[in-house]
Amino acid sequence: MLHVFFRRLIVLRHIANRVLLVIPTLLGVALLVFFMLRMMPGDVVEVMFRGEGGNVPQEVVEAEKARLGLDKPIPVQFAKWITGVVQGDFGYSLWTGKPIAHEIGIRLELSVQVAIMATILAVLIALPLGTLSALYKDTWIDQVIRVISIAGLAVPSFWLGMIIILLLLAVFHWNPPLIFTSFFEDPMANLSQLIWPALAVGYRYSSVVTRMMRSTLLEVLQEDYIRTARAKGVFERLVVVRHAMRNAMLPVVTVTGLEFAFLIGGLVVTEQVFNLNGIGKLFVESVSRADNTMLQALVLLVSVCYILVNLAVDLLYAILDPRIRYR
Amino acid sequence: MQYSTPASGIADMSATPALAITYKVPKKRRPVAAFITRQPLGAMGLAIILVMIFAAISANWIAPYDPLAVDYGNLLAKPSSGHWLGTDSYGRDVLTRVIYGARTALAVGFLSSLLGSMLGAVIGVASAYFGGKIDLVIQRLMDVILSFPIIVLALAMAAILGKNIVFGIDVNLIIAIATPMVPAVARVVRSSALAIRELPYIDAARTAGFSHLRIIFRHIIPNVMAPFLIMLTAFVGQAILLEASLSFLGLGVTEPTPAWGLMLTGAAADFYQQAPWMIVFPGLAISLAVFAFNLFGDSLRDWLDPKIKI
Repeated sequence: MLHVFFRRLIVLRHIANRVLLVIPTLLGVALLVFFMLRMMPGDVVEVMFRGEGGNVPQEVVEAEKARLGLDKPIPVQFAKWITGVVQGDFGYSLWTGKPIAHEIGIRLELSVQVAIMATILAVLIALPLGTLSALYKDTWIDQVIRVISIAGLAVPSFWLGMIIILLLLAVFHWNPPLIFTSFFEDPMANLSQLIWPALAVGYRYSSVVTRMMRSTLLEVLQEDYIRTARAKGVFERLVVVRHAMRNAMLPVVTVTGLEFAFLIGGLVVTEQVFNLNGIGKLFVESVSRADNTMLQALVLLVSVCYILVNLAVDLLYAILDPRIRYR
Repeated sequence: MQYSTPASGIADMSATPALAITYKVPKKRRPVAAFITRQPLGAMGLAIILVMIFAAISANWIAPYDPLAVDYGNLLAKPSSGHWLGTDSYGRDVLTRVIYGARTALAVGFLSSLLGSMLGAVIGVASAYFGGKIDLVIQRLMDVILSFPIIVLALAMAAILGKNIVFGIDVNLIIAIATPMVPAVARVVRSSALAIRELPYIDAARTAGFSHLRIIFRHIIPNVMAPFLIMLTAFVGQAILLEASLSFLGLGVTEPTPAWGLMLTGAAADFYQQAPWMIVFPGLAISLAVFAFNLFGDSLRDWLDPKIKI
């Protein structure tokens, strides 16, 4: 019993270390985001007044800068920003003038839902495909699945989205609705609307998981305990599902963390294609509007999510896999 | 001790006298033929890449039209014998623009992955060679850069840098695409260089009084060429994909330059039903190019050093 206790202690220490290591990274990310966006050309005040044709008096420009706090020294701006961020106050959008937390809040549900749906869809497609591919290694089934999954890494998600819309228009004469219905209002309408962007984003993800599942399953099937199980006379189906697949699931968890970055990237471009008013669209719009405050909040938010997802995956790994040794 | 040394012959090197600095790695007799027979998929990828390079170089001669020629008599024309892949909303020939697009894609893809992997290799080797505090600081910085999703970083970089066109190529776009690759390459190269640093011939070079720069460039970098080449080819595909995404979002290549990502934006999206050829073919070109580079990169890894994780 004692060794179990020590093992737990060691895992706990590893978890504590890993969590503490995240803090300097987060701070570094915040610093980098802040200073990167300060170097952006095209002052937001200029962008705001561009419509007036450059006939704005200098005093008005100065007053506007003072109102937005852009006339203060940069360290002061950073200190003010970071204390706000820690309290959940991201400041105001330079473009709309509304609080950033509000602007992000109204769009978050949509993006998070597409991301979750894409992940679920990808895993649902990938687990059976990866398993089939490994079980029927080097047969035509395997070849077809491998080609599908290699292609998945090459097809840009925005183009896949366009092709999906094209097919929907041509075959079903169905035009994707322009207005987003929340899942809580009308689940069916919501799902039928968001399943397509989720598919466009999730295809790449499913390919990665399929490849991962295939290679780990092939490795696991070589293990001694699989031979033992077969020798005991366990049904082949049970050998595959209980002994092999369970142990092949760990790398699939890892992929979730690694692929999160691509999921975000997929969302950014796919929301343009499907005209979804989510975080990705807001991001691209903020870039073209030179909306610095909005951009720094979004980049920070996405990066923090990415760091936390990878942290969660690491911790899950430590808990799930007793074979890993920590020093 | 397990060395993860890439190039063949290094393991033998530790057995040779320490001063044999001009040791030559014995060449395989017919590497290209062996690559084609053992890695047929990789060879297929290579063939597609070569065709693309040929199309890009000879675009002036093989493309049937001028990529910028506007033809108002032939707006959104269907694919026909005159225009094999149809025309776009300005009457420009789609086939011509796809062929010229290969030029943009390859130029941006190669240049940015070359820049990204070279920077990454130098940083990775320096980090491994000097070790200690320098290593720690560099690794933390790389961790920070790695915490940005690739496209978010590239978009932010593109927005910050703006445009800076030299010889028809947007240098800042290349920097924006190269930046996210640097830490990934640095990490892989660093781990290879860490193993090489411990080998006796490095000690020998140090004893001989060679400078750090000479040891890094003459003794370590040539021996991390395998992971470097693998990362380089793997990233060309990524870079093409990234360039297409940025151009699609209006932050990459700009009109009227023919580029695949750019061909999918704007008017293409407005004429889904009238002119599907406007979106089908440029997208196919992107997919085929990235597919070819992925196949080739994967096979090159299996060929040179299967242990490397990209």
